[in-house]
Amino acid sequence: MDNKKRLAIQGLAALIQNADLKGFFTGQISQSATKAFCVPGLNCYSCPGAVGACPIGALQNSLSGMTFRFPYYVLGLLIFFGAFLGRAVCGFLCPFGLLQDLLNKIPFPKKIRTFKADRGLRRLKYVVLAVLVIIVPVAVKMTPAFCKYLCPSGTLSGILLAMADSRLFTLLGSTFAWKVSVLVAVVLLAVAIYRPFCKYLCPLGAFYAPFNKVALVGMSCDRNACISCGACAEACGMGIDPSEEPNDMECIRCGACIKACPAKALSYEFGLGAGAKKLQRQ
Amino acid sequence: MTKRVCVLAGLFALAAALTIIGIIAGDPGQVLTKAVTICLECVGIG
Repeated sequence: MDNKKRLAIQGLAALIQNADLKGFFTGQISQSATKAFCVPGLNCYSCPGAVGACPIGALQNSLSGMTFRFPYYVLGLLIFFGAFLGRAVCGFLCPFGLLQDLLNKIPFPKKIRTFKADRGLRRLKYVVLAVLVIIVPVAVKMTPAFCKYLCPSGTLSGILLAMADSRLFTLLGSTFAWKVSVLVAVVLLAVAIYRPFCKYLCPLGAFYAPFNKVALVGMSCDRNACISCGACAEACGMGIDPSEEPNDMECIRCGACIKACPAKALSYEFGLGAGAKKLQRQ
Repeated sequence: MTKRVCVLAGLFALAAALTIIGIIAGDPGQVLTKAVTICLECVGIG
């Protein structure tokens, strides 16, 4: 898929998920009933424009409430998104993914494709999911640890709210300072490294990752057409080799490899097994 | 049926079951109640 088309889809998805535009000026968050529904990507429900609930925030609220509630509904929606789209959610629907994509377009003398600890650090997002999203909220009541200490999407929401409502400035303290440092680190890293938050920290990406193996939206590599030139691996921002494993857990379905393949061996596919529809590249 | 089809069918069935149980248990109302209030922890306050 053409990168401009993907950007347009990402922009549209971000706009739909943050459609209450007046909130950005009033500093009030949406009271819409649509917030009973979880959006597929990382989009803080305290963002002034948000018209849906963040699944990670909703999951933690269930787990960390004064009375424990098993998050049937949120988990059901997350499994549905995962089985249907896998990490195509990251590549097409997540507003924070879009932000990182845009940051990575900023010219930088030496873009970092990989480094020594890259592979190991990618496991960190599973630890974040297990510890900050599940274990700590269950163990310590009223502590949505990921939202409180790490989530840069929430920090952005805080900045936007404080910009629109100056009374909030007086409430900002050390937690906000910590969260702003995390956000600044992610923003700066995103200029040099493609999607550092998705690669190393995002618990939502960690949740969707195993679904890539079976999701209805997938990719395939025609082994007979592949000339093993390595162009796909060279083009992949997530640092994987799609010719070896087109449904790698790290793949966000951005389609850069499809565009780069001179033999047209790679393609999106939608559906089940041999009956899957190959989506021709444009 | 391939293994992938079976896994996917299982996942969609599980997703549907969990979502329906959650709706019956009133989860969407709980999600909404939280989501219409500014989450102080999320935005870095508190």
